[in-house]
Amino acid sequence: MAEGPQDRAAFGLKSAEIAVAAFFFLLGAIVIYDSVQHGIGWQEVHGPQPGYFPFYIGLIICVSALVNLVRGAIIRPERDRPFVEVGQLKLVLTVLVPTAVYAGLVGVIGIYVSSIVFIAFFMRWLGKYPWWKAVAVSVATAVVVFLIFETWFKVPLPKGPVEAVLRLN
Amino acid sequence: MDEIQSLMHGFGVALTPTNLVLMFTGVILGVIIGVLPGLGGANGVAILLPLTFGMAQTPGGATSAIILLSCIYWGALFGGAITSILFNIPGEPWSVATTFDGYPLAQQGRAGSALTAAFTSSFVGALVAVIVITFLSPVVAKFALEFGPPEFFAVYLLTFCAFMGTSKEPPFKTLAAMMLGFALAAVGTDPVTGMLRLTFGSTHLLTGFDFLVAVIGLFGIGEILLTLEEGLAFKGAQAKLNLKVVLETWKELPKYWLTSIRSSAVGCFMGIVPGGATPASFMSYGVARRFSRDGDKFGSGMVEGVVAPETAAHAAGTSALLPMITLGVPGSPTAAVLLGGLMIWGLQPGPLLFIEQKDFVWGLIASMYLGNIAGLIVVLTCVPLFAAILRVPFSVIAPIIMVVCAIGAYTVHNSIFDVWMMVVFGILGYFFKKLKYPLAPLVLAIVLGDNAESAFRQAMLLSQGDVSIFFSNALVGSMTTLALMLLFWPLLGWLVRRVKGD
Repeated sequence: MAEGPQDRAAFGLKSAEIAVAAFFFLLGAIVIYDSVQHGIGWQEVHGPQPGYFPFYIGLIICVSALVNLVRGAIIRPERDRPFVEVGQLKLVLTVLVPTAVYAGLVGVIGIYVSSIVFIAFFMRWLGKYPWWKAVAVSVATAVVVFLIFETWFKVPLPKGPVEAVLRLN
Repeated sequence: MDEIQSLMHGFGVALTPTNLVLMFTGVILGVIIGVLPGLGGANGVAILLPLTFGMAQTPGGATSAIILLSCIYWGALFGGAITSILFNIPGEPWSVATTFDGYPLAQQGRAGSALTAAFTSSFVGALVAVIVITFLSPVVAKFALEFGPPEFFAVYLLTFCAFMGTSKEPPFKTLAAMMLGFALAAVGTDPVTGMLRLTFGSTHLLTGFDFLVAVIGLFGIGEILLTLEEGLAFKGAQAKLNLKVVLETWKELPKYWLTSIRSSAVGCFMGIVPGGATPASFMSYGVARRFSRDGDKFGSGMVEGVVAPETAAHAAGTSALLPMITLGVPGSPTAAVLLGGLMIWGLQPGPLLFIEQKDFVWGLIASMYLGNIAGLIVVLTCVPLFAAILRVPFSVIAPIIMVVCAIGAYTVHNSIFDVWMMVVFGILGYFFKKLKYPLAPLVLAIVLGDNAESAFRQAMLLSQGDVSIFFSNALVGSMTTLALMLLFWPLLGWLVRRVKGD
């Protein structure tokens, strides 16, 4: 069976299993560390100390992460499936990266302008829509959001310099 | 019959023009949420929850708010069936079993009957569950009034151990995901002493992780990333629903009364026990196939194969609210989000609700009857409209959903940090879903973590650190024993297979 470059595994199930289990173990270790700092024993008056409950939570995370790690590590090479193919990963990243940038922009230029940019960019770049359509949809979305949140429900959303100029604050 | 009287009072509370408008708004929004990829009951409700903060502060507003949100939930339950039948894409996990026979029916040009059967049986399932709620919840609440911290902890233990017993995912992954939820819940202020935990000096983490942000990220962003992998050509059957088809299907449906009863029973049971709608729909499909005379034809387009999973899914989704209002323990992720809403509005879920907030509780229960009638009307009349939403290209709908999710995450605490956390949870959700780490116990643990910990520590204080308090009387002892049995259920199964195998 010939495999195109798009169908090639970007990375395998085995490595994904191991990576996620290791991630869990790390989190569990952090929880244990923090609990020990706060005391995991018994205290007069208050009873169990603040770290008492989380300590066992962390312990269970670590133990189950170890089990999952071992179960991932013993997957034999011939039974290792692709976790995600190159083509799929590309698609996921083309959405994930702009979304991350968008989340970053919200704090700088406000949610309205960054949403307009995000939606227009997405439609233009991935959907190959003409500019006017992309702009129309994105601006319309921002206006609808503004009307629903700011006007109707009176929930203020983050704004930036553009809203300041337009006196919409 | 106290319940009937209370229910009539509840109808009085629920039947105001405002609430009726909210009901229809909720149902329509819910169906749209159920139809759209990446939005589901749990995160749809989570996104819209912040909008109700203001509403809930007005007198009687909490009832209106819960009516709006629960109707979104009913709508989402109905909406899942539309995409399953017309597009072979389950909009919700509990609609997966509906695709087995629903999509073949649509391909044979019988989409109309499949949809009518799905909606009607959803309605029947929900109705049965609401009746169960009406008569069972006052009893459970009265019973639970006597509960002290050990009993409450035993209920929490039972809830979480049930995930171990019923989950299809590998047990240690379920355990890891669940405990991660507890760990996330522990971040921030310690509920008993007020000491800060797991914040590592970050001011953003002082208030802890909000489960709403986690839900929006895990279910919303994670789901969209997964959907993307599949490529995005939605090719669906045409949806035509006219009165003739509806009436013809209705004539056919009474034939399946036995399937309906069985599926409702399975659904109600699975909904109250936290297993949730998804396993209920699969179980009831399996049971119907085994008992039906046409069992071997299941999968090729049998109306009965649509009736069974839809009845059970809707019954389970509805009855999941019973433990939520009576014990404060939700049976599904969406119920968990609703429970979180109650806490934010300043209502303490649990047995006291039935005494202190009669209007709220019975208004909610009455709205379940009305909301499902509203839902049935909306879906039967507006199917083509909702199907049209799915024909909007993904490159338009995806960024809009992302923006809606971001706004939802922001409005929880007016914090931009939460928008970033949403993206992080989205990436986690993508990995967890692909590697079969279940999300439902994770979300439930974030919501209930603090309560479970407080109950545990109070119980420990009562007994001066003696764990045997969880076996100190028949009630708490049997709950703890049952919980432990469920916890070790996967191990038992594994042992039995070992012994048999050798």
